[in-house]
Amino acid sequence: MALPNKPLGELKAVLDPEVVEKEVDILIVGGGMAACGTAFEIKKWLKDGQSVLLCDKAAMERSGAVAQGLSAINTYVGDNPKEDYVRMVRNDLMGLVREDLIYDLGCYVDDSVHLFEEWGLPIWKKTDDGKNLDGKKGKKMGTLKSGAQPVRTGKWQIMINGESYKRIVSEAAKLALGEENIIERCFIVELLLDAKVENQIAGAVGFSVRENIVYIIKCKTMMVACGGAVNIYQPRSVGEGKGRAWYPVWNAGSTYTMCMKVGAELTMMENRFTPARFKDGYGPVGAWFLLFKAKTLNGLGENFAASDAAKAELEKYAPYGTAAITPTCLRNHLMLFELKEGRGPIMMDTMTALADLGKTMDKKELKHLESEAWEDFLDMTCGQANLWCAQNCEPEKKNSEVMPTEPYLLGSHSGCCGLWTSGPDLDWVPDSYKIKAPNGKVYNRMTTVNGLFTSGDGVGGSGHKFSSGSHAEGRITAKQMVRYALDFADFTPTLKQSNKELVDMVYKPVRTFMDNKDYTTAIDINPNYIKPNGMMYRLMKATHEYGAGTATFYQTTSKCLEVIMDLLATMREDCEKMAAGDLHELMRCWEIEHRIWTVEAHLRHIQFRKETRYPGFYYQSDYPGQDDENWFCFVNSKYDAEKNEWDIFKKDYVKIIPD
Amino acid sequence: MPSFVIQEKCDGCKGGDKTACMYICPNDLMVLDPNAMKAYNQEPDQCWECFSCVKICPTQAIEVRGYADFVPLGSSIMPMMGTEDVMWTCKFRNGLIKRFKFPIRTTPEGQANAYADLKGQDLESGLLSTQEADGVTIPTPNV
Repeated sequence: MALPNKPLGELKAVLDPEVVEKEVDILIVGGGMAACGTAFEIKKWLKDGQSVLLCDKAAMERSGAVAQGLSAINTYVGDNPKEDYVRMVRNDLMGLVREDLIYDLGCYVDDSVHLFEEWGLPIWKKTDDGKNLDGKKGKKMGTLKSGAQPVRTGKWQIMINGESYKRIVSEAAKLALGEENIIERCFIVELLLDAKVENQIAGAVGFSVRENIVYIIKCKTMMVACGGAVNIYQPRSVGEGKGRAWYPVWNAGSTYTMCMKVGAELTMMENRFTPARFKDGYGPVGAWFLLFKAKTLNGLGENFAASDAAKAELEKYAPYGTAAITPTCLRNHLMLFELKEGRGPIMMDTMTALADLGKTMDKKELKHLESEAWEDFLDMTCGQANLWCAQNCEPEKKNSEVMPTEPYLLGSHSGCCGLWTSGPDLDWVPDSYKIKAPNGKVYNRMTTVNGLFTSGDGVGGSGHKFSSGSHAEGRITAKQMVRYALDFADFTPTLKQSNKELVDMVYKPVRTFMDNKDYTTAIDINPNYIKPNGMMYRLMKATHEYGAGTATFYQTTSKCLEVIMDLLATMREDCEKMAAGDLHELMRCWEIEHRIWTVEAHLRHIQFRKETRYPGFYYQSDYPGQDDENWFCFVNSKYDAEKNEWDIFKKDYVKIIPD
Repeated sequence: MPSFVIQEKCDGCKGGDKTACMYICPNDLMVLDPNAMKAYNQEPDQCWECFSCVKICPTQAIEVRGYADFVPLGSSIMPMMGTEDVMWTCKFRNGLIKRFKFPIRTTPEGQANAYADLKGQDLESGLLSTQEADGVTIPTPNV
């Protein structure tokens, strides 16, 4: 009798995959903006005989957070003092940031933006009489590098026509690195420590999502830059709309989990980002606030953020709340206050904003303004444009609702969780921010595991890098990795595990599936295994209810955290019984494994920090408000895989840039 | 807004080892049914609606339909990719049509300057290769 329970996917998994072994000096894990920066920069420094390999889970042409495109570059320092860049990031992230990393990034980021423009990214320009030109017409004004003025929306943001942003950046990256040094559709799932040298990275293991191949790659040094973590909390849309995450839905926390599992120190994992965006479509609001000068209104039609009550609330969080630019979390905080008081919904007053701008414009300019508003969505959140079409919403005639989303973990946008990394080896950088390798040298952006680097969303304590800063950071890391590989040229990586052990680990879900699939007649319902889809729902339900998700207006308590720690422990046990019948499902198994560990780190940090540092992002209800006396410090953690123990501790913050 | 494939227009990229949509999808959603020789989205609730498959499809066989959770039926947005611009056609539920054209790149595809011949000199300095070539000095903060 033919049973109906055959694997769903087209690319079936087999019990015994082919094993491909590689050994290189430098391994790049990831293919997004940071990894593209590394790919562009690295061969400029590579010495004869040194080798490099890049593994991307997807295709670099459209992988990572910029896959869809962007309508702005949010970090371009230009004529601003770099010290002000540090001050802005510090204030937005409530005082606790790695000022060395931020200042350092400010020294490089513009160089990457100049390259993007040279490669063909259209960047808007200001004319001498103050008009805006798009990136094509603006070419006649010259390049940013030659002194042309960008169109600034805020102090740090510049407007672009960025539909093909990632295609352009990856094109240069691939040309520079060479196709022969790139494996696409290779999902690295675990990092490997050296068998002989303590606390030294020695390689990584992963698999192809296209063919039954397990890759075992040895290296002297490595960068892991696989973005942040998405779909870790139940999203506001739980059907098809689950995919409409604000940040890329394929970011599975792989950066944090893979690095923490080899003992790399994490920092500020309690920090999260809960952006307020156009409801459901998650279209960007930045251009509406900054470029179009729109206001948000509560359900009573009041500009609540300008009210006396809002000002009084912000004063509780001085000096951050009273700064010229209100921190992102506190803007959410004010919005949540309105919603909880029964004064929802929150509306973006697009009608008034466009009408006000239109007062001084002729018909052609008005048409251009409308086009700019739509491009903001079409360049980076196409679905929001379709939602407006479906709702018959023309922004000049109808306002749109704004809503805080589900939480995300990231280190490059308006968030700062990630790995504790070394700052640059410069005199003004405090010793406590420098990580010394066994040779006594300091390698910028190296984690606490020797030879293991990260960039972009992976670097903790240093938010507001965005696309350009992540690219620049990947370039900084490229040079440091070449230096590390040269300094440790005599080091030969040796793996602790046999090839068989590694294959058994990576393909365990396939074996579990094959061993048990014939027991029932329903492929997804089987008492002997759980599919990754089911595990994803379990994680989302737990975080939603206990982990300060949207269900509780982002509130959690010490007791709730105890409950979810138990749930997570059980989830990790049940992950041992995850099953995959095809390669796509095997990818999903490893992604949910990565997500669960990342969430655990996030919640352990929240549990440890006995205050509410980021009201609007999350609330620890047993410890409301900020407690500078006890908690004006970083929280770091280190997971010991051998003992299965977490060590969570305070780490001193050092103020470098004066107010 | 999950992508969908129009049966009549999809030719399975004429039997190549992978279809264009399968090559590009950042979330590994688009696959080829080798018997029907048609592509399909295997996991619509993980679709980020990034339009990468729509933009790359050589036969314009892929479109998107708004997420059933919250998008009313009857609208569509479709990009037409050129070498320098993208042309969007946005159809409202009420029949209104808006068209927008935006630049996408200012150089011919495939010719981004990778600075293949540039070699960095001082591995111990803090300068990136292009900064070194430009004679940049890394500043020290006012502390």
